[in-house]
Amino acid sequence: MSAVTNKLDTFLDREYEAGFVTEVESDTIPKGLSEDTIRLISARKGEPAFMLEWRLQAYRRWLTMTEPAWAQVHYPKIDFQDIVYYSAPKKKTDGPKSLDEVDPELLRTYEKLGVPLHERARLAGVAVDAVFDSVSVATTFKKQLGEHGIIFCSFSEAVKEHPELVQKYLGSVVPQGDNFYAALNSAVFSDGSFVYIPKGVKCPMELSTYFRINARDTGQFERTLIIADEGASVSYLEGCTAPMRDENQLHAAVVELVAMDDAHIKYSTVQNWYPGDKDGVGGIYNFVTKRGDCRGPRSRISWTQVETGSAITWKYPSVILRGDDSVGEFHSVALSNHRQQADTGTKMIHIGRNTRSTILSKGISAGHGSNTYRGLVRITPKAVGARNYTQCDSLLIGDKCAAHTFPTVEVRHPSAQVEHEATTSRIGEDQLFYAMQRGLSAEDAVSMIVSGFCREVFKELPMEFAVEAQNLLGVSLEGSIG
Amino acid sequence: MLNIKDLHASVDGKQILRGLNLEVKSGEVHAIMGPNGSGKSTLAQVLAGRDSFHVDGGSVDWDGKDLLALPAEERAREGLFLAFQYPVEIPGVSNAYFLKAAVNAVRRHRQLPELDAMDFLKRVKAEMKAVGMREEFLYRSVNEGFSGGEKKRNEVLQMALLEPKLAVLDETDSGLDIDALRIVADGVNRLRSPDRSMIVITHYQRLLDYIVPDKVHVLSGGRIVHSGGPELALELEQRGYAWIADAAKAGGDSQTAVGAPGGGAAR
Repeated sequence: MSAVTNKLDTFLDREYEAGFVTEVESDTIPKGLSEDTIRLISARKGEPAFMLEWRLQAYRRWLTMTEPAWAQVHYPKIDFQDIVYYSAPKKKTDGPKSLDEVDPELLRTYEKLGVPLHERARLAGVAVDAVFDSVSVATTFKKQLGEHGIIFCSFSEAVKEHPELVQKYLGSVVPQGDNFYAALNSAVFSDGSFVYIPKGVKCPMELSTYFRINARDTGQFERTLIIADEGASVSYLEGCTAPMRDENQLHAAVVELVAMDDAHIKYSTVQNWYPGDKDGVGGIYNFVTKRGDCRGPRSRISWTQVETGSAITWKYPSVILRGDDSVGEFHSVALSNHRQQADTGTKMIHIGRNTRSTILSKGISAGHGSNTYRGLVRITPKAVGARNYTQCDSLLIGDKCAAHTFPTVEVRHPSAQVEHEATTSRIGEDQLFYAMQRGLSAEDAVSMIVSGFCREVFKELPMEFAVEAQNLLGVSLEGSIG
Repeated sequence: MLNIKDLHASVDGKQILRGLNLEVKSGEVHAIMGPNGSGKSTLAQVLAGRDSFHVDGGSVDWDGKDLLALPAEERAREGLFLAFQYPVEIPGVSNAYFLKAAVNAVRRHRQLPELDAMDFLKRVKAEMKAVGMREEFLYRSVNEGFSGGEKKRNEVLQMALLEPKLAVLDETDSGLDIDALRIVADGVNRLRSPDRSMIVITHYQRLLDYIVPDKVHVLSGGRIVHSGGPELALELEQRGYAWIADAAKAGGDSQTAVGAPGGGAAR
């Protein structure tokens, strides 16, 4: 291990109490947040001075802010001093040592998810590390991509290898003080992905990152920055899972997208963080800020998300339509089952002329789940000829769940065309019985009806993701039928 | 084949079937007629196993199996088919997908190999032709935006594909014009076979001009009050239902001990 690790070892006072040799190799810093924590993280990552300064600025900003309370979600107050802000991959120090010792429900879950065997084997070792995973993926393709001038690497690496790009774009879409969680992320983010597609380059393959939260009591704060320069295009996929734990864990990520003239970014997410158990114990608090900036004319940014996980989701992937004739899209399926709460939607900010945006939101509520669509369509005074089409559909399964829709439309130019359609339907006993009378099981019937409901969004996903998303919905709905 | 004995059933605490007896042999087509509210549709739903219909007593033997003990999907896989009076719409799910899922669920149960997309399409297209459905209906959502006649044809199509042992047609004639009625009846007649029984529930005699039953029963007040051959249907057409209900109430039938009046017989 590196010198930094050794320094860490002396810093950690609880390091030796368990007595495992491997514990010494652990890179977990103690709980709590202060300027010292941030200096420690930055030092651990060997960052240049500008990065530390930026983090500290964000932290000072964060101290003046309060947690947002406007979302339609309920949870106990988070103690930000009770979180571990940095934890690097551990080896087999705690938890199950073999597959046999892993909670069978967990095993089954992964089997059902179709995560390959080696993935499961790594899980058994508990030291599964998404960051490690994503870095290695990036390394695999780096050379090939490099031939096109494409940069695809971990954020930490980008800070060291491409500081000029990071300095130019970091925080240019989501400023440090944008909101409470974005400020927190800016102060303590540990890793994430960095993508730069140079002028005129169409990225020859899908870029993808698989995030996993693993360590206990740890918050995950990753930061992703994607820049598509003039005429460039890229499709980026993101997958997320987390082991089951009884404690809630905080995931506060920031994603920034920059699309220059004629550039196109397609960003797809299949989010399956641990949602907590049936009674709402445990699960991830997914408080994420995602925003794209259509900076150049004729640029285009599409968000597609399938949100099946997390105890609480608070997330509004947005597009700022700055360039003339730019296009923003948001396609979303959000499922809340058991005690899950999702408050999600998008913002489309029309600034340029003839800008267009499409919002297609499908919310599914089951069990005691609560699903909220919250959207903003803003046509600014300069946005001549702007158009928006919004469709918001809610599907209810059972009678204990809830669906809410809070669309906001602000039009400041008379030439704007804004359409909004919304429907709420329930999977009826009659639909279920009809399908069962034809020989389908109740579970199959529900999953078929749900897939039908989500079809328009699924077809926006890259093929393999569409299949995964569909399977995921099937899994997530299990047990939702009384 | 099917033997229903002293069946009692209720919906929302309201008694509907009050001691229904009916025996249908293999290969037979039985028509069940009766006034609105007599329990015709309840009988269909109870046979198919809908949860909201509560069985309060009696037994249904089906080829030696206790029908009432099987969950709805098991009954379907074993070969019970209900043609719905009001076929249900399922938005976003294509008819082709739905039909294939149903056919393969039944085939799996019968330990037959599942049909792949090619074999399935071949079969379904042939059957669609027979019931006069255009191919585009395969790619539309299940029953969504279908006219009344199209929905009923879709039911007959499903029946043909699922090859049931017992088919229950619940007012399949309701809301059909004469051409549609004829097509639906042709579809049903094609499916008549020595190892398939059918129960045709109808309010009007006119369907029975096209589907000639082996037996006709009159359901009133939740019981079969009169049975006869196909000629009974004509008589009912001419004289209405009241006389039978009255006759049943007047006695002669030992079961009339139930003090309850003949239900909504004259509604």
